[in-house]
Amino acid sequence: MQKKKKGIFGSIDWLTIILFLVLLALGWGTICGACYDFDGMDNLLSLSTRTGMQALWIGVSVVVAFVIMLTDDRIFDAFSFIIYAAMMVLLFVTPFVANDIHGSLSWIKVGPFSLQPAEFAKFATSLAIAKFMSSYGFSLMGSWRNMLGSFLLILLPMGLIVLQRETGSALVYFSLFLMLYREGLPGSILFAGVSAVLYFVIGIRYADTLIFNHSTSLGTFLVLLMILIFTVGMLYTYAPSAKDGDHVARTRSYTPLINVAVYGFGTVLLSTLFCLYVRPFNAAILIMAVLIVLAFYLIVRGLVDHLYRYCYIGLFALGSLAFFFSAHTILYKVLEDHQQKRVLVLLGLKDDPKGTGYNVIQAQIAIGSGGLEGKGFLNGTQTKLKYVPEQETDFIFCTVGEEQGFIGSSVVLVLFLVLLLRIIQVAERQPYAFGRVYGYCVFSIFFFHVLINIGMVLGLAPVIGIPLPFFSYGGSSLLGFTMLLFVLLRIDAGRNRQER
Amino acid sequence: MEDYQLSKRKYVLGLAAIVVVAIYIARLFMLQMTSDDYKTKADSNALMKRIQYPARGAIMDRKGKLLVYNQPAYDIMVVMQEQLGVDTLDLCESLGIDTAWYRRRMAEIKDSRRNPGYSRHTQQVFMSQLSVEEFSQFQEKLFRFPGFYIQKRSIRQYKYPYAAHILGDVAEVSPHDIEAAEDHYYQSGDYIGKQGVERSYEKQLRGVKGSEILLRDVHGRIKGRYKDGQFDVSPVPGKNLTLSIDLDLQALGERLMQHKLGSIVAIEPSTGEILCMVNAPSYDPRLMEGRQRGKTQLELAKDPMKPLLNRSISGTYPPGSTFKTSQALTFLTEGIITPQTAYPCSGGFRYGRLKVGCHGHGSPLPLIPAIGTSCNGYFCWGLYHMLGNRQKYPTVQDAMSRWRDYMVSMGFGYRLGVDLPGENRGMIPNADYYDEHYHGSWNALTIISIAIGQGEVTLTPLQIANLGATIANRGWFITPHVVHEIQNEPLDSIYTTRRYTMASRQAYEAVVDGMQRAVDGGTCRAAHNPWYVTCGKTGTAQNRGYDHSAFMGFAPRDNPKIAIAVYVENGGYGAHFGVPIGALMMEQYINGHLSEASKAKADAFAAKHISYGNYVR
Repeated sequence: MQKKKKGIFGSIDWLTIILFLVLLALGWGTICGACYDFDGMDNLLSLSTRTGMQALWIGVSVVVAFVIMLTDDRIFDAFSFIIYAAMMVLLFVTPFVANDIHGSLSWIKVGPFSLQPAEFAKFATSLAIAKFMSSYGFSLMGSWRNMLGSFLLILLPMGLIVLQRETGSALVYFSLFLMLYREGLPGSILFAGVSAVLYFVIGIRYADTLIFNHSTSLGTFLVLLMILIFTVGMLYTYAPSAKDGDHVARTRSYTPLINVAVYGFGTVLLSTLFCLYVRPFNAAILIMAVLIVLAFYLIVRGLVDHLYRYCYIGLFALGSLAFFFSAHTILYKVLEDHQQKRVLVLLGLKDDPKGTGYNVIQAQIAIGSGGLEGKGFLNGTQTKLKYVPEQETDFIFCTVGEEQGFIGSSVVLVLFLVLLLRIIQVAERQPYAFGRVYGYCVFSIFFFHVLINIGMVLGLAPVIGIPLPFFSYGGSSLLGFTMLLFVLLRIDAGRNRQER
Repeated sequence: MEDYQLSKRKYVLGLAAIVVVAIYIARLFMLQMTSDDYKTKADSNALMKRIQYPARGAIMDRKGKLLVYNQPAYDIMVVMQEQLGVDTLDLCESLGIDTAWYRRRMAEIKDSRRNPGYSRHTQQVFMSQLSVEEFSQFQEKLFRFPGFYIQKRSIRQYKYPYAAHILGDVAEVSPHDIEAAEDHYYQSGDYIGKQGVERSYEKQLRGVKGSEILLRDVHGRIKGRYKDGQFDVSPVPGKNLTLSIDLDLQALGERLMQHKLGSIVAIEPSTGEILCMVNAPSYDPRLMEGRQRGKTQLELAKDPMKPLLNRSISGTYPPGSTFKTSQALTFLTEGIITPQTAYPCSGGFRYGRLKVGCHGHGSPLPLIPAIGTSCNGYFCWGLYHMLGNRQKYPTVQDAMSRWRDYMVSMGFGYRLGVDLPGENRGMIPNADYYDEHYHGSWNALTIISIAIGQGEVTLTPLQIANLGATIANRGWFITPHVVHEIQNEPLDSIYTTRRYTMASRQAYEAVVDGMQRAVDGGTCRAAHNPWYVTCGKTGTAQNRGYDHSAFMGFAPRDNPKIAIAVYVENGGYGAHFGVPIGALMMEQYINGHLSEASKAKADAFAAKHISYGNYVR
């Protein structure tokens, strides 16, 4: 490298560190708000209080961050598989030595503290997969071994965490598909995955909401509409461009797009109008029939014209329908009632005995009552008076919403956004695949936590109990996120080293 | 491996993060900025308005005797969360309830539709209004029933077994009461006056509720005051009422009317204050205290003798001969007769085949002895001449209207406006009424019986007593009322304003003479006494059954202190029950006590039974 030798100190990404410290401070302030009791308050720093404990953990995290910055970044590369293996053993052992806390077997008691190994597994898994994918000549799509190996590295901790009955934490690992996408996983697979999740979540969530005078399930209606929109969108995106052929061929190849759009949306529109103004009927059946006809039309058209992308799009539509209805059937017809309920509760789609629906409503009341400027620090009534469940942990964002209002909540969201974008930037500037892959793992995990946690509080995402980084109460998650982030910063700080 | 195509995917991922944050900020905007709904919901979540009930005003009689006051009562509260494992059988036994009742009550409490504020963590009313005795028994065993608590409340207590209809009672507001109140004052669980002055002076007695705003956590537990009580309002206690009722007089009246149906109303003529309002049968207001009210109410409502009916103001009776005084006043003032005008009466009023019977006395008679002996013929002739006077009144309808105006000016035919609920207006027919009834073909003879207080005419005992007060005042009255004074508040002006009748002062003097004659040597001789001059008029009202016995009078003749009406259903001649009871009442009030002879008489009357058999009014 031609660059002037730069010390580690000069290469540290100070912006991320400042963001980290700001979020830590805001997080601790919010914990104070969430734990504050109108009955009176002990010393905020007393270790018998949650604020005191959290302050202690913040101190520990800062020290750990400092120590990580002092180590040689090459040890992460060198020891990644060993760290991963050790962590997997720990995860495996955990359920056997853990105390049952509200049905969760993920806590290990270490002296006076309880730790959740699952929170540290994220960092270990990221290291291992980064190491695996940075091996010489690795190409994700290059061989099925590479693909399988990557998947296995991700699936192993997931399985072990599910055994600890922490489905929420396990689901986090799905976020690593974002990293895989960056590393070459075809976009269509990611798209299919995201679509499947959307079909399932929206279809089940609104399955019991009936529209058109109780004739049609809103969930089914929305899913069918999504399939139609996706199909039309793909037809538009993948329609043959000029280089695919002459003018005549192009004109002809746009006809399927127009046909599907006109007949599909026409059916939706007309059946809606018919239901609203003439006589309600189960519009979903009609729309589905039209969709199947259109899908076959696309397949036949693709075969005739030798434009096989139409076949794939048609198959996507059929596959979407098949997936949705088989998922629906398995959930409601095949599974026993209690199994069905467990699935729905785990996915946060149905009220659990404590009432997930209630929690979400209370969370929105708390946030909504904040208004523009919020009620002020320590002045929130909803969170203080415990209307919001889990308010120090999973629902911590309610306290931000209630006490800091729209301005404060937006600032927190924007801070997270800046952090996420900065992580992408940091990952992209890594000279080696190891740093980049690890960086994208960090991005994916943070993104998933912010997406699900705040989405859940705002009533937009299923209720999956995972913490909000740096805000939610709990030493393990705080320490876990700190290590995850600072290992990236340490690797980043070493990017300018000349010899390797 | 620098793959340019793949490197572009960083934009997709960055854009995804930006889109998600943008959506979330939009959602925040929707929740926080577009509607106050969430704010309101948050307040109703966390802020609890606890009502602070003011003490209801006490009620005294005219001499300051305490009649109604507040007494602590005890509600048994239960916290569902904590009561698990309580020995139900033991509890039921201690409270004197059966297990079926217990189960039903528990189910009611948990039913959040009927009990919207239900929480497992807060106290819920299990049983309400236990008396001090019941409470003290239970309190000893309370330690055996964790989760059960005692909450102090207050209930109305009545000191004497009298004046039930005047005092009335209070009970929990009904949904109808809550809706009917224009000021939206009431909430479920509040008390409201249901009868008597408790109802008519509800606004004064109840005071103004205060409130404190408390912070309530998710389990319903109180966590302190909102903004340190800045928005709290202290309750304003209810005002005390002093009734114009003389309790001794009321008690005597109720005693005299035992075993009879009827009413006694006494009025102080100079003020319109009602001195007593006796209804028979009556009931002991103490039976309406607390939890007994429902049961008592039900039993009394089923009683065929209708003890809940305030006959004094809602019973309408033919006034009989007491009404003749009003006729004399009308005829004299209209110039139909003079005190010297004499009419013949040979065993009654005869005209063609029409005959209104009368008892034996001299004939013809001038006015004063006619009143004294209660001559039917005299007043029939009077009305005949008034309605038939075509010089004065162009038509019989005009004459009738004139007659009716007199009656109305004396307080008949419409509600007087007494400060008690349930007053009836009685009946004074007018020309239209008869036109319709007789298809326009009627004359004085058709309706002659109204002259002697029969026929279509009906009055309430209060209106009869008020007639006495009007005569005592020689031409005016003040709307009768039972409240003498409201603490720190003037009485309504209608209870201080004189209402003049159309009859002349001279006419009144003549009628007073006639009424004195009745006492001195006529139908009311039993009311004669050595202490003061009494004026009276008997009434014997015919009806479907045995005659009603009535008396209307006042005393002393000059500066009268009391005017009274006595009405005893099916008591026979006015002289049988009406006169002696009226005389005893006046003696009690004017002298402050009864003489020995009168006491014996009172005992005798108190013991007299009138058998009503299966007769149901």
